[in-house]
Order: sequence, then structure tokens, then C-alpha cells
Amino acid sequence: MSYLEYNIKHVPTGLRKVLHVNWPLVLLMIAIASFGFLMLYSVAGGSFDPWASAQMKRFAMGLGLMFFIGFVPIYLWRNLSPLFYIVSLVLLVLVELVGETGMGAQRWLNLGFMRLQPSELMKIALVLVLAAYYDWLDNERRSKLLWVLIPVLLIVIPSFLVLRQPDLGTTLLLMIGGASVIFFAGVHWMYFAGVISAGIATVAGVFLSRGTPYQFLKDYQYRRIDTFLDPSADPLGAGYHITQAKIALGSGGWTGRGFMQGTQTRLNFVPEKHTDFIFTTLAEEFGFVGAASLLALYAGVLIFAFASAFKNKDRFSSLMIMGLAVTFFLYFAVNMSMVMGLAPVVGVPLPLVSYGGSAMLVILISFGFVQSAHIHRPR
Amino acid sequence: MRRTPKDVEQNARTVSRRGIIFGGLQLLMFGTLGWRMRQLQLRDSEQFRLLADENRINIRLLPPARGLIFDRNGKALAINEQNYRVVIVREDAGDVEKVLSQLQMLINLSDEDVAAALKTVKQRSPFVPITVADHLTWDDVAKIAVNAPALPGITPEVGFSRVYPRGKDFAHVIGYVGPVSDYDLAKIDDQDPLLQIPKFQIGKTGVENKKERDLRGKAGTKSIEVNAVGRVMRELERQEGQSGDDLQLTIDASLQNYAEARLAGQSASCVVMDVKSGDLIAIGSAPSFDPNKFVRGISVPDYQGLLDDEFRPLASKSVQGTYPPGSTVKMVTALAALEGDFADAADTVRCNGYTEVADRNFHCWKRGGHGKVDLVSSLVESCDVYYYEMAQKVGIENISAMAKRLGLGSKFSLPLSAVASGLAPTKEWKRKRYGKDWVIGDSLNAAIGQGFVKSSPLQLAVMTARIASGTDITPRLVKTINGRETLAPKPESLGIATSSLKAVRDGMFGVSNLTRGTGFRSRIIAKGMRMAGKTGTSQVRNISAAERASGVIRNEDLPWKRRDHALFVGYAPADDPKYAISVVVEHGGGGSTAAAPIARDIMLQALYGELPPLDAYPTNQRSTIRRQQREINILASTRKAGAKDST
Repeated sequence: MSYLEYNIKHVPTGLRKVLHVNWPLVLLMIAIASFGFLMLYSVAGGSFDPWASAQMKRFAMGLGLMFFIGFVPIYLWRNLSPLFYIVSLVLLVLVELVGETGMGAQRWLNLGFMRLQPSELMKIALVLVLAAYYDWLDNERRSKLLWVLIPVLLIVIPSFLVLRQPDLGTTLLLMIGGASVIFFAGVHWMYFAGVISAGIATVAGVFLSRGTPYQFLKDYQYRRIDTFLDPSADPLGAGYHITQAKIALGSGGWTGRGFMQGTQTRLNFVPEKHTDFIFTTLAEEFGFVGAASLLALYAGVLIFAFASAFKNKDRFSSLMIMGLAVTFFLYFAVNMSMVMGLAPVVGVPLPLVSYGGSAMLVILISFGFVQSAHIHRPR
Repeated sequence: MRRTPKDVEQNARTVSRRGIIFGGLQLLMFGTLGWRMRQLQLRDSEQFRLLADENRINIRLLPPARGLIFDRNGKALAINEQNYRVVIVREDAGDVEKVLSQLQMLINLSDEDVAAALKTVKQRSPFVPITVADHLTWDDVAKIAVNAPALPGITPEVGFSRVYPRGKDFAHVIGYVGPVSDYDLAKIDDQDPLLQIPKFQIGKTGVENKKERDLRGKAGTKSIEVNAVGRVMRELERQEGQSGDDLQLTIDASLQNYAEARLAGQSASCVVMDVKSGDLIAIGSAPSFDPNKFVRGISVPDYQGLLDDEFRPLASKSVQGTYPPGSTVKMVTALAALEGDFADAADTVRCNGYTEVADRNFHCWKRGGHGKVDLVSSLVESCDVYYYEMAQKVGIENISAMAKRLGLGSKFSLPLSAVASGLAPTKEWKRKRYGKDWVIGDSLNAAIGQGFVKSSPLQLAVMTARIASGTDITPRLVKTINGRETLAPKPESLGIATSSLKAVRDGMFGVSNLTRGTGFRSRIIAKGMRMAGKTGTSQVRNISAAERASGVIRNEDLPWKRRDHALFVGYAPADDPKYAISVVVEHGGGGSTAAAPIARDIMLQALYGELPPLDAYPTNQRSTIRRQQREINILASTRKAGAKDST
């Protein structure tokens, strides 16, 4: 059902929109961010400087932006989504040409007043454009090969650009986030089965051919994959971080070592303790109870987002909400798997908790779209 | 685009269905994450807690204060003095080079020191304090403190370092400490973790080395929390160590000082021993060196100088050096003859200046011979022929057995470096050592302390003390450890007949008090303090028949290395022996001229406890002695002052 078809009279206008905001989602996000403030205060050795205060300011700004986006009617965003996508793509190409390098990867565009990470924008733009695409596409054509190739290209082009930076974490998020929208749109499941089998076959082929005269990759490439998959094979190099993170987590026990008592993080044994590895601080200081609580809050966000999507009769809105929710899910699932030693180390922050402007802004903007869809849903 | 309501309905169902499928996948992920948390935080928590503590807690050792060493009267011989040093911390200093050059303008700091400090500073973490200069004076510290604002990152620190306030006097007895080396670690079987501290000071020689375990003490520990790069965050726990035991030696510092001063200028040594208790009152060895230089790290030229010195200042000659004892061993031969009933004290031997044994002429030191000699006069005049006769009667086995009883050829357990065991040769020893049979000539040589016989000044002093006391007294160097008296074995009688001892003692008394005595010139005339002794002159070269025919070359005409060793052993007072003494002057010429006067002077100093009055000396020597006393007084006091300077 397209937007034009619903009864516009029932969509709230003006200040009445405030009453229709999905408040549980907002509160959950504030709760999660508060965990972040607490942890940033702790890792700074009991100080709001340098991280907690800056993070709070950004969160307040981001929250404002979220409400602003939320109050703008969703159809406007839908109509703009192709433009968003094109702009993001252009910025990604620009990063490739003139981007700034940081931590071994070319990711940032310096806009003078801020440093922009176009790959973060692309996470939202991709979900939006795919949702708009399937909102536009009629049911008969959606499982036809040609009409499946178009969204695949929409995903693959930016993914390729991001992979070149190189940023494996974001590439993963883009591809799975995009694929989830195609999946939710109802494209025939055989496509997914095919892609997944092909992927498994490739991985199996790569590994099974190892050591035979027909091996796919060079020996040194295999060795790099080895350390990537199992950092503990290199305990002083790549493995050091993950080993220390596991020690921090484990030493938390049931209730943790107490606020600001985490030795692993406070004494710098854990790297990136305020950004990608902030979960270790939480788990060390508040233990299993604290870590599980954060997990529950994240689950709450997903439940309310999916519930909102299921209830929304607008196809664009529901696809977009679910796509953004999946992106949010991927953020913390990948981050937590990484710090708990379940997945290789890829640079993905813990959403709303890790210190950092870009990621936090992207999450809040994306939930701005979720709120917009929620407020302006057809009734 | 427009859709039919049916389509819309179906689309909504698809979205919901697929959303639920995906939700299921997400649930699976939540399950995995939760399971992993449980695994890490609940199941393996204790193990990880342990690892976390291992990460952050560092156990540091607190070096204990080393035990002090005192002399028998409580005078300090080895102490721990506050040592000022200056350290630099890179992260506080900023421009390290600039700060160091500013420091160089204030205190005496060589360019090499600065370069070395710069190198270390760059290698270590920025927060690690690096020692720039050590052993600073209080003035330097004050200058640094005043100029602190211009010297960021520079702080004076106080540590302890070993100081020997008596400098050279005790270098050979106490030895010195130095930083533990890989060589030390390989050599000693010691699990003490203190030894793992870089530059930890351990005893290298002498008492410092042999009494290391008493002096060292026990390490304390402190647990500190460090961060990932090793910076110390805070102290968690501290357990103080136990400082080392203080030692009190039997040495009398003032006598030691006098002895060293009296020996100075020659390559000589002396041992003074208490006849009744076995206490070693002085162990002199000249020349000596300043142990404080070794503690601070001696310079290569200084060290090379010590090594190249012909007089071997590094050797402790009194216990390490072994010499042919010469005539000082004649008491042994005499006692062996008397105790074995091979001769009677009154038996006489005719001395013509030589005796012919096995187609060889064995000469007496006196060309014309002594005529008829009995045991006492053989000692008094040191007749060699008498002992050639005795040697043939008694045999080497009996002589060596008596030597052993009197302490020659036996190693005393003293806390000193490389205590020599000397040699009292036997037939079996020669067969083993040289694969040759013992010949009668060997016995003749041994009887007058030449040939294979070797003994150290310490052994000669013990021998004299045993003859004087008639007991098997053993030497003792450590009086108390941590205030507790060390137990010396109670001396037992040697089992030598009183009459034999009396004959030998009479002979020794005659040496120093009869006009014919070889030590007569160096007699003591003070009442109740008379000395009994024996001179000895031992050859370090063979005198050929041709030389003997043309007249033996006088010592003064020989190069130093080929001159005879001069020896003297004695005890006093003769009628109630208190101290035994031995003096060896390497290549000093004759025992009566070179060694006996030194022995008398040191003995008098020991008996009086201060510089003796001139009337203890024979009348005609007093003016010379007065002059000599004055010189030694100056020398002794400058040695003391020098020692203070070097602290």
C-alpha cells in the first residue's frame, strides 16, 4: 500500500506528533547510552574528561537530530532516498580519491567543521534505497533475475568501495543489512539458498584445496587468514588484544569487580578500551549481570522496532525499520562476538556505548527514520 | 504504485513471516552471546581473575640492609652509607639533552656519563627513572635542589652503598662487595631471589664473600600494581625484609692499622694471634689497595696498575701466600726428634760448615761452621748441620707428622679468600706428585724449611702459638655474629712432653735474648715482655758450588726477585705467652735484619695497646726507633685520613 492510499486525516500533525513518538524505543536508547557514559567515566579514571562529557554532548545533539528527522513525514524521506544513496556513493568515491587516512585505513572526508565517514552514511542510505525500491517494485517482478540483480548491484558497489578502504566490518554490515531488506521484501528464498551455498562452497574450496597443487591462494595469504581467524595463535601480536579482553570479561564474574575497579581496562591491558572494546570494561566492572542487562536492552530495542515494523501497513516503512533494526543488531552482535573471542577482530563499535561521533550519529539518525515511520504510519 | 488490497495483505504477511524467521536467527545470536558470557564470566571466572591479577600485580624485592662489620673493640670496618645519586625521568624532563647539559654545568659529570645516560633513557620507557650520576656529595645534591626549576625531570635520590671507613687497612681481610655477575650466579648455588636484582651487591672477596649469607639478610617484598606498560600505579602490600647480621671480628683495628703502616713499602705480611683464645688480632699484607674503589667500580688504569705491580697488592699474602719457611721450621724438626726419642736435648752434633750426604755437600749458612752444638744452641744460632743430622735420624714422615700437629700444611677454616693449605711433604706425596722416589736430600732440605716445604704466615703464627701454649689452638676471625659469640673449639693439649717443649722454647728465648742469637738485635728488654722467636731466611734460588767457592753473592747485589725471603716467628711475653706473631718479608734478605725488627715493633704495639715506650727497646737503638716511630705515626695517621677521604 502506497502512502497516497492512506487516510491522511489520521496522521498526526504539529506538536501532536510528540505524543505519537515511539517512546519506549527512545527510553531504551537513553538507557543504553547511559551505560556508555558510565563506562566512559570509568575508563577515564573517574572523570568526565576526555570522553564522557563529549559523548553526552554528542548524544544530546544526536537525539535532537533524531526527533527532527522523526517529525518530518516519512514519504518525504522515501522520495529523497535515491538522492541520499547517490550522494553517499559519490562521497565514498571521493574518500577513495582524497580521503584521510587513519589507523591504516582511508575512511574520512575532512569537511572542515567535521570529519565525515561516508561509509556510515551509506549504511542508512542503502537500507532506505532498497526499501524504496521494493516499495516501488510490483510483486510479479520481484523474484525475476533482472529485478534481483538491481538491488544486488546497489549493495555490491558501495560494499566494494568500503572494502577497498579497507573496512571489513562495515562491508559486512552493508552486505548483511542490505541482504536482509531483500529477504524481508519476499524475494524467492532460492536466491538466498543459492548465495549461501555458493559462499560455503567457496570457503570450503579455499580451505580444502590448501596444501594441494590446486590451492586457490598463496601460502602467505593462508597464513594471514589463520591469524585473522585464530588470534590466539599469535599471543603477542593480534592475539594479545583478544586475550586481554577475555581476561577482563572473565575476571568480572557474576557481579563484577565494582564500578571503576576494573584493573584490566583501567591499567590499559585492554586496548581501545573506550571505543571498540568498551564492552570489556562493562563486563569486568559489572560482571555477568551488567553484560546481560545491556544485552537485554539491545533485545528490547529490536523487539520494539520489529513490533513497530509489523504493525506498519506502509511497505517502505516496515522494510526500512526492519533493515535499520538489522543493521543495529549487526553492530552489537559483531562487536560482542569480537570482544568475546567468537569472531575475528574487525573494527565495529558497540552502538550507543562506544566513544565516537560518527557511529553514534548514524544510529540516532537511523532511529530518526524509524520514528518518522512510526509517527506517520497509516492508520 | 497502486496495489490491490490482496497484494498488500500478502506483502504484509510475507514481511511478518520473514521478519519472524530473521528474528529467530537473531534469537539464536542472543543465545550464543549469552552462552559465551556465561562461559567466560561464570564458568571460567576464577581462572581469568587469576590471570588479571597476574597481569597487574608485580612483586618487587626490597633489598635488606647489609650487616655491618666491626673490629673487636666495636670500631666500624664496613658500613652502609647514604649514597646520593641523581635520576632523570624522560617524560618529566622533556628535552633530555638540554637538561643533562644544564646538569653538567652544575656537577662534575663527564661527557661519557651523559652519553651513557642518554642512551639508556632512550631505550627505556619514558617513566622509568635512569641513574645519571652516582656517589654525589651533599654539595652536589644541594646545588641540584636549588636549581630544581631549571632541571625538570631531575631528582636526587638516596640509596645505600658499602663503605670501608678504614680503606686499605682491611682490604685483604674484609674484602669488598660488588654487583652480582653472571659468573657469580653460575658459580654459587644460591636460590635467593635477591641475586636476580640487577647490580645487587654481594661480597666478592674476604669476609664479605665468605660470610655473605650472614651479612646479606632476607629480602622484603612489596606488591605493586602496574599498568600494561609497566608504570607503577600504587603499592598494595609491603613486607619488610630482615637486615643482615652484624659481624664482629677478632681483629684490633688500631693494631691492624699499625701493622699495615709498619709493613708499608715492602712486599710483606704478618699475622698476630692470641695464644690463649686463637683470636687473630692483626692480619697484615702489604702493599694493599682501597676496597672503596672496587665498590664504586675501579677504573681500568687503576686496576691494571694493581695487576702490574710486582709487589702484588691484590694478594692477601698472610693467608694466600706460601713460602719455604726456612729456619722457622727448625722447631718442628727438633720436636719431632725429641718426641720420637731420636735425640736428647743435650746430644751434640759437630758442625764443620757442611755435611756430606749421598755424595752431596749440604751447607750450613755459616761458612766456618758452629762447632759443637746441642738443641738449644742449634736454635739460637740456627745451625743447619744439626738439623741435617736430625733429618737423617728422624725421617721425613715423622717431621711432616709433627708439622701437621703444629698446624703446618693444614688448612684452617677462616672466612677469608683462598686460604692456603701449604705443604708438609711426605714420601707418598712426592711419588704421586712427581712420580719420583723420596731421596735423603729431600729430607735434609725439609728439615731446614727448604725444598718442598711451604707454609703461609698464618700457619707459621699458628705453629708458634701452639709451641708457646702446648695446645692445639686454632685461629678464629669472627668474634660475634649478630651479638652472639662464635664458639671456638676448646683447645686441647698437643700431647708433647713438657720437657721437649721447654727445650724448644729455651732455644727460641735464646734466639732473641742471647748475644749469639740470630734475633738478638730485635730483642725486647722491657720486664715481663721479653720475646722468644726464631728467624728464618729462605732461598728462592740454588747456590752453585762455584758461587759457594767464590763467596755467596750478597742479597743486596741480587735483583729483588732473586733475593731471599726474610721470616720471623715469635711469641711474647716469653714467660707467659700472650701473642704469637709471624712476619714474612718477600725477598727481604735475612730474617734477622728484615723480619725480626718488624715483628718486635708489632709485638710491642700489641702488648702495650699503643705506641710502646722507648725503654722497651735496647738502649743503643732508641734514637733510631724514635725516628722510625715518628715516621710510622705519620704514615699510620695519613692512612686513616686517606681512608676517610675516600668515603
